[in-house]
Amino acid sequence: MIHILHRFFFPFLQTHSLQDLRQQAPVAAKVFVQRDYTSGTICQFQTKFPAALETRIDKQQFEDTIRKLNSLYAEAEKLGGRSYLEGCLACLTAYTIFLCMETHYEKVLKKIANYIQDQNDKIYAPRGLLLIDPIERGLRVVEITVFEDRSTGPGR
Amino acid sequence: MSAVMVSRKVTRKWEKLPGKNTFCCDGRVMMARQKGVFYLTLFLIIGTCALFFAFECPYLAVHLSPAVPMFAAVLFLFVVAMLLRTSFSDPGVLPRALPEEATFIEMEIEAANGSVPAGQRPPPRIRNVQINSQIVKLKYCYTCKIFRPPRASHCSICDNCVERFDHHCPWVGNCVGKRNYRYFYLFTLSLSLLTIYIFAFDIVHVVMRSVDSGFVSTLKESPGTYPFDVVICFFTLWSVVGLTGFHTYLISLNQTTNEDIKGSWSGKNRLQNPYSHKNIMRNCCEVLCGPAYPRVSTVKGRSPIAKENGPTPKSKSINPTETISNSKEQDPTPKEKASALKERVSCSKEKRQSSKEQGPPPKEKASAPPLASPDDLTDTFLEKERVH
Repeated sequence: MIHILHRFFFPFLQTHSLQDLRQQAPVAAKVFVQRDYTSGTICQFQTKFPAALETRIDKQQFEDTIRKLNSLYAEAEKLGGRSYLEGCLACLTAYTIFLCMETHYEKVLKKIANYIQDQNDKIYAPRGLLLIDPIERGLRVVEITVFEDRSTGPGR
Repeated sequence: MSAVMVSRKVTRKWEKLPGKNTFCCDGRVMMARQKGVFYLTLFLIIGTCALFFAFECPYLAVHLSPAVPMFAAVLFLFVVAMLLRTSFSDPGVLPRALPEEATFIEMEIEAANGSVPAGQRPPPRIRNVQINSQIVKLKYCYTCKIFRPPRASHCSICDNCVERFDHHCPWVGNCVGKRNYRYFYLFTLSLSLLTIYIFAFDIVHVVMRSVDSGFVSTLKESPGTYPFDVVICFFTLWSVVGLTGFHTYLISLNQTTNEDIKGSWSGKNRLQNPYSHKNIMRNCCEVLCGPAYPRVSTVKGRSPIAKENGPTPKSKSINPTETISNSKEQDPTPKEKASALKERVSCSKEKRQSSKEQGPPPKEKASAPPLASPDDLTDTFLEKERVH
């Protein structure tokens, strides 16, 4: 009885593990956050809050996530002493150095992947959402999968 | 809730990539289908340099300096490395939109255009974006079902959208785009140097030998070398050096061949290049020493959602294991097909023009230094959890 009440009143406090979500929850919709090209061809995403997420997540949290992603991508693509040094060194070795060394961009991509995983675990999965790493979509969109709300969806 | 069937199926993502590319070495090597001209390039370079090393270098090493063939060898290896790197790298291919994304974009377009009266042509699919106070039009690609990023273009030969598309080069057997433009430039530059070097030392060799034993007998001693080497070098010189000069000009202005041909930033209608830093050094540094962009057309690992429905829906998508919840893929109307066809025709015309301008054959010799960064492409139905 208490268990049923708990599930009825506190749906969002249930921990949705990512595995759980992916295997069992039906997908209600997918939202695609597009690229923002106003600063040129560097990888930036629009911070405009999609209407489909209004009932699911706080606007500020969403914007924070996107802004953090944008800053990480800006760090990856930053033109500066480090990228020039890497480029020159690579050229001198006929680019064979990349066989043993990871590029700066690849290192930042790993950071981004970790960040997205972290955000999913802490913020998005408990709300029945899932962020897909943009690299899996060709750095074109940030795909957010909206799962059906388990408290209102059909019982299992 | 239906229990989802979970099975592990190992399929390489590059095997499922749409587009007309060929792959080798487990997806590490990516080229266009037509490779005949690339083999010709290789043959010319290897042939010419082999003749130089066989006939002229022994004499020059003894009578001039052993540094002469050594430097030629280093230059030759660099040329080959750059050629193979250009030919085998992913130029910056954009993966096509998955069905849900394509549907999402279609819905946005319909919302933007409103309802079109029957019989009327729908408005062209263009998005306007302001970049550095310049309005840039993003075109919709009917093949890839995406709005192309700025500077991207669809290559009709490879049937892919390529980021920062420069041109499709038959001599390297691949497109030249964001990821391999610097290798292409270094290839043309080093090939120019190699051609000049070999041509110069051919002349030196003839002169030195002629001083010793007379001009006619010099030609008799190595009959094959002179016509072949010198003629090839002479013609290659003008074309490759010209090409290098052209690309140096483009790099200093941060433009692509595609933009130059189309006259995108020629100054007509007050259009200025919004990507240029207005500083030659900065433009050169960005293009040649910028970050090494990752490959996005095929990515390691994750299938986002376990497969619930049957096999892939009709369009070839990169990740067919995605669940399709509400995909209504609309076939393009006949008018849209016609405009897509026009687009392809104009693209291929431009490519033909640009490939004419690129001019004739680089000499090449190849041994095979290893190349583009490997991406391992195992596709599983169940996404593996990342453990930190």
